[in-house]
Amino acid sequence: MEDFQDFQIIDNCLMVRMPEEVDHHRAAYICEGADRLLVRENVENVVFDFEDTRFMDSSGIGIIMGRYRKISCFGGHVYAIHADRQIQRIFRMSGLHGIVEILPG
Amino acid sequence: MVAEREEVQLTEKREDPQNKTQGKRNEMEIVFDAISCNESFARVAVAAFITHLNPTLEELADIKTAVSEAVTNAIIHGYENLSGYSRHGESIPAYSIVHPGKVRMRCVLEGDMLSIEITDQGKGIEDLKKAMEPLFTTKPELERSGMGFAFMEAFMDDLEVESTPGKGTRVHMWKKMRCGDWIGKED
Repeated sequence: MEDFQDFQIIDNCLMVRMPEEVDHHRAAYICEGADRLLVRENVENVVFDFEDTRFMDSSGIGIIMGRYRKISCFGGHVYAIHADRQIQRIFRMSGLHGIVEILPG
Repeated sequence: MVAEREEVQLTEKREDPQNKTQGKRNEMEIVFDAISCNESFARVAVAAFITHLNPTLEELADIKTAVSEAVTNAIIHGYENLSGYSRHGESIPAYSIVHPGKVRMRCVLEGDMLSIEITDQGKGIEDLKKAMEPLFTTKPELERSGMGFAFMEAFMDDLEVESTPGKGTRVHMWKKMRCGDWIGKED
């Protein structure tokens, strides 16, 4: 069962609080938890909160791309907040900045 | 902070024309089980190994990302341990099959040059050229990005991959420390 703190529904947004280290080890948990709510609730947009995140590898890109595919066909958007420089760099390198809107704070 | 560090490095170079730091060699090797919870162990071990060089946060993050990609690939593609046996602290999920195997990581520091070699005895890569293409993945169902090798290439200075199907894969990466050209620049 997912920790209630990690996934929250605010209006039509699913807020996903990303863990301190986003890697393959944690990725399945985030994907499963987010998808369960995407199916169950009437969610339009997904917001990934990187406030606690100190490390991310390409698994993070996979998580975001996967969620984007699921909601973009219904007109949903993906946002990233509190992404630090390294995370933004990874977004840019993988071309993800085109599909994810990076919001400050 | 960054500017200060670069200045120190420059003075060191000036006072040390023979560059005494060169030729100093330090090596470490660890072997660990191919399970997903060891991914963080591997990258933290490399980070700890190079701390005495005073790497910048960016350099550390680059190296940790590259190591994480290589080790994750060895675990999930080499040995096909798709979720390992301690995924988010639980015991073995019913559907996960654990293939026993070891990942060997060897780091050599020669002067400022860091070399990391990550070897597995897994199933190897059939088509290396294809595997190294960005966005290519043999396991789309895992929802990984297919950016592993692209990240290793981008975050390290040099990358060499050897693989024999059925025998295993060796990923060798090099990075020159304390000279990232983008450090201190706004990107």
